[in-house]
Amino acid sequence: MTPILEVTRVRKTFGGVVANRDVSLSVPEGKIYGLIGPNGSGKTTLFSSIVGTHPIDSGSIKFRGEEVSRLRVPQIARLGLLRTFQQTRIYGKMTCVQNLLISVPPAALSWRSMLARPSAAETKKAEDLLQFVGLHAKRHLRAGDLSFGQQKLLELAMALMSEPRMLLLDEPTAGINPTLINDLIDRLRRINAELGITLLVIEHNMRVVMGLAQYIYCLAHGELLAEGEPAAVKSDKRVIEAYLGAH
Amino acid sequence: MKRSILRAAVLAFLIAFPALLPAWRTQMSYLVIMIVFSLTWDLLGGQMGYNSFGNVLFFGIGMYVCAVVQRDAHFSYPATLALGIAAGAAAAVAVAAILGSGILGLRGHYFAIGTLGLGIAAGELAAGWDFVGGGGGMVPPQYPGALGGRETFFYYLAAALAVATFFTLRWLYGGRFGLAVNAIRDDEDKAEAMGLWTTRYKTAAWCVSAFFLGIGGAIVGNVSGFIDPRETAFAGSTYGVWMVLMAILGGKGTLWGPVLGAVIFHITKELFWTYLLDWQQVALGFLIVVIVIFFPVGILGWAREKWPEKFGHRVEEAKPAEASG
Repeated sequence: MTPILEVTRVRKTFGGVVANRDVSLSVPEGKIYGLIGPNGSGKTTLFSSIVGTHPIDSGSIKFRGEEVSRLRVPQIARLGLLRTFQQTRIYGKMTCVQNLLISVPPAALSWRSMLARPSAAETKKAEDLLQFVGLHAKRHLRAGDLSFGQQKLLELAMALMSEPRMLLLDEPTAGINPTLINDLIDRLRRINAELGITLLVIEHNMRVVMGLAQYIYCLAHGELLAEGEPAAVKSDKRVIEAYLGAH
Repeated sequence: MKRSILRAAVLAFLIAFPALLPAWRTQMSYLVIMIVFSLTWDLLGGQMGYNSFGNVLFFGIGMYVCAVVQRDAHFSYPATLALGIAAGAAAAVAVAAILGSGILGLRGHYFAIGTLGLGIAAGELAAGWDFVGGGGGMVPPQYPGALGGRETFFYYLAAALAVATFFTLRWLYGGRFGLAVNAIRDDEDKAEAMGLWTTRYKTAAWCVSAFFLGIGGAIVGNVSGFIDPRETAFAGSTYGVWMVLMAILGGKGTLWGPVLGAVIFHITKELFWTYLLDWQQVALGFLIVVIVIFFPVGILGWAREKWPEKFGHRVEEAKPAEASG
């Protein structure tokens, strides 16, 4: 299957610290892949590199066959590659519905649409997505008044509103009520299966990532340590050692 | 319903004003211009989160360009005035578009500092440029109509501008433009990460602001009858500061807040000038301190925090029948 995202020998340093050292990974279209690794192993840095937050030192990042490592964040977003943030980012003083209504697909953001009103179809879609993540009752509340977990769900809905081809999710279950985690996993599966959105998920909750991802990459100290099916990675001695701090 | 009655009452009051209180026409012209100041400042400062201290630049440009056209174009008075106002607005928008592509790349405090010098620099330039009268200023041409007609005529122009500004902004805030500038205010990095053309929206917002300020400047030049580069046109220490204060007083990021703030501020200021002569600057300074300390979110901002339901921020019971994915 053709990879939708292909990262080849990406290197990113901050001063003397090597955050990513020759990391290569590829995600086939339509799959759910996991990215794990101990704290500080370079997962979020890799996400930031992929979506263009900071330039990479060397290597190549291809999205749908197109080199994107020299593009800026909004340009990459408009190609259909979005990320969510570990510390959620939402528009705090706007209502939940408004948060969604401004997260429309890039095609709806052209010059002409600057003066457009949100269409009935867009409003309906926004309300449906809020229903989907369980925030429908709070749709007219200011997003900043939501709990951290609810903001995470709102951010997910915003990403879906913009109809991306691929989503990079940075710890989607962190801060979510444990009783709701199974719900969220189910929703992520539906996003993948029903909307055809490819997912790459950073996750610390091993139970979640092992159950969700079809294939897992493990980073440690900025390098790719292991990769494979969840069962294989779980029993990989190097992975266990990295998590226990013996590396 | 209640709002449409309020709007109709305000409009009727504005139309009837010269007949009701003819002695206060000029005073009222300044008041409605204050509303334009406050509304246009709030578009960037309140709705978009870009605190500009240089908006008075566009006001001064509109004033000078209009006065130069009125002086040098030899058509009838109304024709040159109309041409002057259009040219003033166009020049202000052009300058906003050019400056915006550079300065709007600055964020937060850096943007505020970056704009601070604009008005001051323009005032000094105008004061040193003989073509526009240098430090001696300019005098717009005499109004040809009957005695006292000038005040009424320019009052109506100013009031029409304020009403047009209000409804244009209301319309803009109700659509994608409003959502986009609010998103930029709340988290510009997120807006970029979602693929928004942020620079486009920021520049457009500044141009809208400059458009109305340019027309305002053109009108005020004629209301005052004399253009001083630092005191009337590029009056950063008065108009430039007041527009910020009025928006903050009424409630940044709301539509009616800047209107309310401008009315309260202007009336208070004029009372100071009348009853506290010699101490008016001190009283005004004191008022500014009071505004910043006690009304950091403004009158409407305070009301919104106290009664969020009145502003539509409420939890609604989910309708189970609507289940969908």
